[in-house]
Amino acid sequence: MSLALDPHFFRHEWGRLVAVLVRAFGVQNLNLAEDVAQETLWRAMEVWKRQGTPDNPSAWLTTTAKRLVIDELRRERSRQLATPELGRLLESEWTRVPVIEELFAPQPLRDDELRMMFSLSQPRLSEESRVSLVLHVLCGFRPEEIAAAFLTSTDAVAKRLQRAKALVAASRSLFELTDADLEPRLESVQQALYLLFNEGYHGANPEAAVREELCGEALRLVELLTGHPLTRTPSTLALSALLHLHAARLQARLNAEGELLPFSEQDRSKWNHALIDKGLQLLEQSATGPSLSAMHLQAAIAACHATAASAKDTPWAHIVSLYDTMMRLHPSPVVALNRAIAVAEAEGPRQGLCELRAIEGADSFSRYPFYEAAFGELSLRAGDATEAAVHFKAAMAVARNPMEQRFYEARLTAARQLEAIGRGDSTPASSLEDNP
Amino acid sequence: MSEFVYLYRNGEKMSPEQMQQQMGRWVAWMKDLETKGALKNPGHPLERSGKVVSGSNRAVSDGLFAEAKDVIGGFTIVEARDVDHAVELTAGCPIFLVGGGVEVRPIMKM
Repeated sequence: MSLALDPHFFRHEWGRLVAVLVRAFGVQNLNLAEDVAQETLWRAMEVWKRQGTPDNPSAWLTTTAKRLVIDELRRERSRQLATPELGRLLESEWTRVPVIEELFAPQPLRDDELRMMFSLSQPRLSEESRVSLVLHVLCGFRPEEIAAAFLTSTDAVAKRLQRAKALVAASRSLFELTDADLEPRLESVQQALYLLFNEGYHGANPEAAVREELCGEALRLVELLTGHPLTRTPSTLALSALLHLHAARLQARLNAEGELLPFSEQDRSKWNHALIDKGLQLLEQSATGPSLSAMHLQAAIAACHATAASAKDTPWAHIVSLYDTMMRLHPSPVVALNRAIAVAEAEGPRQGLCELRAIEGADSFSRYPFYEAAFGELSLRAGDATEAAVHFKAAMAVARNPMEQRFYEARLTAARQLEAIGRGDSTPASSLEDNP
Repeated sequence: MSEFVYLYRNGEKMSPEQMQQQMGRWVAWMKDLETKGALKNPGHPLERSGKVVSGSNRAVSDGLFAEAKDVIGGFTIVEARDVDHAVELTAGCPIFLVGGGVEVRPIMKM
């Protein structure tokens, strides 16, 4: 018997095992790699539940997985199991064991996970498929767990995964980090991690624990990127900074009843200052090289919020200027929306409303509650409770989970109360939902 | 007191996260059996592969192990007053949570 395991030990080991097994069997045998990883963990569960966890559980898993690989190669001698690059070495009884030993050596393990992450992030796959694949193959989530996080059906996720895996398997070889496509592929990986984190931060599942886990996985995987010299680029560092700065606020986003709190009402003492410091340090390290990525700008904005003593003390004018830059480099309706909110803080709600109305492509917000919510808040602050109520109602209609729904419902009630009193000129000190 | 064997019939496939949670439940349940003085031998898991030998010509087949569900995945030996007591002691066995089952068989004493 030894110390208690990390609560997500199995899941993390899963990612490592699949990555190294894919290197042994080849990416075309992704399913076999998953079966062997599953069998390894199943054996651990069966043996450890009777005998207790061994002193070095990772080493136990490695030994078991190696044995299973050898069995599999012996049994399936006729089939072409091994990857082309290792095939010969793995087929020969003389070289098989040393090659497998090398495959499972600790350092290449981390690289394997990284290569796996790049192999899964095929630009040809949709965003949802990429995120689902990373969650499934590297993080060990089963379709039903992914479906729970995204509030979709298990069937739909299973089908999506199957198609995506077939596409990855057809690529025949693992992505090489020295490949000429490293840069475009890196962007695709970064985007997948950003989406993964966002799903945790804003996602459909109201259960806080599920969502924090997704954020935790995104942080773990982004650290793999910053840990390798080829992928530790300024934009990776900026992404890592952004995720750390947002993660710092996770605990403060909910009140004691588990309901969402507006950003301005969050108890800033509950922010995780270790994560903020790490984020600021990463942001500083990211400030090299000639290109200013969208990640840099977003991280810089997050840093303004993270270091302000209160919502009032936030350097709103500076944030507006950062959004101006972002609009120049990477214009989008979402950026424009966030900019409008910052303008309202810097120059007043009426100015903010003007900016909101001026957003081009606002029709893309039909399923995005923050747009209507922003109109609602700013109308309320500008003294127009009737108008505010209309917008909060619209926001409720497109809320993505019950927690958001209750949040907008509460704002709607507040607007109606003010409307009834006919006292639209003084508004409560409330603000928008925390929106990264 | 008599001895009984619990034969565990595997349930659904589990995710890594579920397996770890399941392992924790097993440890707790076995500990509970131990505190009650019922745990004679925690037993062993069984490999999923194997052979079935049958008939006078000792025909060898692979058996029906491929389908993991319903296959006997392991055993434990317990001590109980009678079969009803042994059945009662299976309460809280985590295998029921994943669609598996326990076959309770008295060990014949000569």
